[in-house]
Amino acid sequence: MDAAAGAAAPNYLRAGKGLASWLTTTDHKRIGILYLIAILVFFLFAVCLGLMIRLELFSPGEQFVGNQGYNRILTLHGITMIFLFIIPSVPAVFGNFFLPIQIGANDVSFPRLNLASWYFYIGGGLFALGSVILGGVDTGWTFYIPYSADTADNVYLPILAAFILGWSSILTGLNFIVTVHRLRVPSMPWFRMPLFVWALYATSWIQILATPVVGITLLLILLERFLGIGIFDPAKEGDPVLYQHLFWIYSHPAVYIMVLPAMGIVSEIVPVFCRKTIFGYKFIAISSLAIAGIGSLVWGHHMFTSGMADLERIVFSLLTFLVAIPSGVKVFNWLATMYKGSIRLATPFLYALAFIFLFSVGGFTGLLQGALSTDIHIHDTSFIVAHFHYTMFGGGGVMFFGALHYWFPKMFGRTYCESVARWAFALFFVGFNCLYFPLFLAGLAGMPRRYADYLPEYLVYHRISSIGSWILVAGIVLMLANLLRALFKGERAGRDPWGGATLEWTVPSPPPTHQFAAPPVVTRGPYEYARERASG
Amino acid sequence: MADGGTTSTDLHGAAGAAHAGGYDPMAAKMGMWLFLFTEVLLFGALFIVYGVYLHGFTWQFQQGSARLSIPVGAVNTAILLTSSLTMALAIAALQRARPARARRLLFATVGCAGAFLVIKAFEWAGKFAHGVYPGAAFLLEQSKGEIVFFGLYFTMTGLHALHVLVGVPVILWAGRRIRSGAISPEHSVFLENAGLYWHLVDLIWIYLFPLFYLIS
Amino acid sequence: MNAPAQEGHLVPCSVYVWVWAALLCLTAVTVSAKYADLQHLAIFAALLIATVKAGLVVLYFMHVRFEKPIFAVMILVLLATYGIYIGLTFVDYANR
Ligand code: HEM
Ligand SMILES: [Cu+2]
Repeated sequence: MDAAAGAAAPNYLRAGKGLASWLTTTDHKRIGILYLIAILVFFLFAVCLGLMIRLELFSPGEQFVGNQGYNRILTLHGITMIFLFIIPSVPAVFGNFFLPIQIGANDVSFPRLNLASWYFYIGGGLFALGSVILGGVDTGWTFYIPYSADTADNVYLPILAAFILGWSSILTGLNFIVTVHRLRVPSMPWFRMPLFVWALYATSWIQILATPVVGITLLLILLERFLGIGIFDPAKEGDPVLYQHLFWIYSHPAVYIMVLPAMGIVSEIVPVFCRKTIFGYKFIAISSLAIAGIGSLVWGHHMFTSGMADLERIVFSLLTFLVAIPSGVKVFNWLATMYKGSIRLATPFLYALAFIFLFSVGGFTGLLQGALSTDIHIHDTSFIVAHFHYTMFGGGGVMFFGALHYWFPKMFGRTYCESVARWAFALFFVGFNCLYFPLFLAGLAGMPRRYADYLPEYLVYHRISSIGSWILVAGIVLMLANLLRALFKGERAGRDPWGGATLEWTVPSPPPTHQFAAPPVVTRGPYEYARERASG
Repeated sequence: MADGGTTSTDLHGAAGAAHAGGYDPMAAKMGMWLFLFTEVLLFGALFIVYGVYLHGFTWQFQQGSARLSIPVGAVNTAILLTSSLTMALAIAALQRARPARARRLLFATVGCAGAFLVIKAFEWAGKFAHGVYPGAAFLLEQSKGEIVFFGLYFTMTGLHALHVLVGVPVILWAGRRIRSGAISPEHSVFLENAGLYWHLVDLIWIYLFPLFYLIS
Repeated sequence: MNAPAQEGHLVPCSVYVWVWAALLCLTAVTVSAKYADLQHLAIFAALLIATVKAGLVVLYFMHVRFEKPIFAVMILVLLATYGIYIGLTFVDYANR
């Protein structure tokens, strides 16, 4: 349809030359790439910190970083992974790149704001790195009061970093909501939108409605610290538990910021590689909104042992069980889609399968924490550490890499070596489970989290876990090396290498700056392969 | 909706031509509203803090409130409400193609904002003079709840005053753009968004006033 | 999709003036309600009046009455979410 225009116009990668053309771009695709580079850098940085944590824990006793060093590395690892990697990852990279294309638009509604939010991101990242230069921070990524108001470390830098990154996240969400409302092509009603777009739309609402709460709460810590306003200070009869309420009002919904877009990608990949229309399209679409909504009802499950009222604990426990339902709906829909499909086990599909498995492990163990009595036993143990790595890393992180493999040919116009990609995946998957599964067992046996040292009886778990971290990192390195090689040496990819039916597969790979010379006309749902074959 | 043919080669310059290729006042307004949502929740979190402590320290909050002057608060309320009126009238004037009148009304709005801030400054200065500020020895001797009350008072009215302060250059800039013709009856969304912001600032004060001044 | 913007209806200026007058009256009402000995209800009365005022500002000054319904829907989403935040926080503090 727009083949002629596409062939004539240079692709977005070549549309302008030099660093300046990148740093001033307002093209949503280029901004997506800018995010990709920055996010990968921060991710690798935080992976190194994770490796250091695991090295320290290789044997009992203080190894090489010591207690205080451990606390600081742990905090920086958490802050970087949460605020600089997993929260922005999928929306800022793949959302920016593909949301406009999937709804037939040429850009987001506010392109300059989009670039601004990247600069906010970089600014926040520099603040976080600056805190390293000033010696690091030992509060943990949660900045719990009163310690964060009392510690001798420079908490203001990472707190400002989190604040700024929050605004970056808000601006991205704002942009996406308006884009979906205003720039969707007229021939695409709501229920013809790809499920990835639905997921991003729901995520964007969380970003807008939850982030400001944590923003102001973090500023209150600074006011507490510098002015002593007394709001959270127990010495002045302020209430530290109130801080926890406000913190988790954001930070629980934030886990859905991490995982909803990932679920959206699974919903894209599964039908494509099963050659079947997705099962229960409407249920998946609505369940994204449901997760966003119910997700704002359960924050208290992080505070079961903090001294909340008993009634409150019961209410939050009950609500926590509810939130499992829409996630379950999605899992069943994906499995039903696979049933009797003609499955092709290509790398993106492997990542989607890994997501379903790892996220389910994370989800089921989450139910143990949602139950009041069991949570008292496992609270603040390494069981929690295992749980949230399974959900965040096994969920959001895995699909970040799944999406990278799925959309790589579209973004860069090249294909990667499939067999190396599979080997990398295998290492990743094995390493992942070696690294985190023992932490469940150690936690059940009583190993506390955030400790640099442990009793000898936990040795075996920690040994396996540390060895797992090396396997995992080997997988990540191999995966990235494979993609890096493909960037320069890969074979040219066609317009639609996987046989997808969403709009991004109708434009050239890589797309020209203006991907749609004229608004495309959408005549069918995003996953209707049968009719596509019938009509040629 | 299409800007089809114009595949300009100057790609990064042409501020990201989306489909609509430019002016979509609905989009701009929707974006502004979503931004205001974040502002509402920013203050909303503080109102939750306020509510929790009012619940816990009812008596002490009443005592703290008694230290604030109701006439001063009421006058400031009237000033802000009036500024909201002039703002709304300025937009109405522009839509009726009377830019000069619109600008005069905007200046009136800025005048109100200035008056509000001056009064607020005197009020704060008075509190400081009486040793009522965070960390002051006098305040630390009062009941614990009162410390929290004034902690919240300064945080919330301070953040609000900051928003008033930010509003002033925005409104002045809107006035300039009316004169230069960048804002016109057909292209008025910048002014309308400035108005939305200003009304929100007013709206927050509508809650701040009774909660701090009127509970003694 | 691009609906004609709000130009369709110019709100008469007198509406704004009336709203302003009502807001000032309500301010006077809250201040005087403070002196009417309402005990526990005082805070709720104050919040009720403030909410009426806020409603006037949103509907008229901020034009929501004259905009497309999507704006009202979005505002309801905001209020519902904020209601959840307040409600669940107070389940804790009301039962400590
Ligand atoms: C190579 C990969 C990784 C390794 C080896 C690793 C290792 C660890 C370990 C051992 C801990 C717990 C330390 C303790 O509690 O004593 C930890 C904490 C944490 N990790 Fe990771 N992790 C990795 C990747 C990730 C990813 C991808 C994320 C986010 C998506 C993440 C987020 C966190 C968070 C939030 C904490 C808690 C920090 C705190 O308690 O303040 N990690 N990591
Ligand atoms: Cu949670």
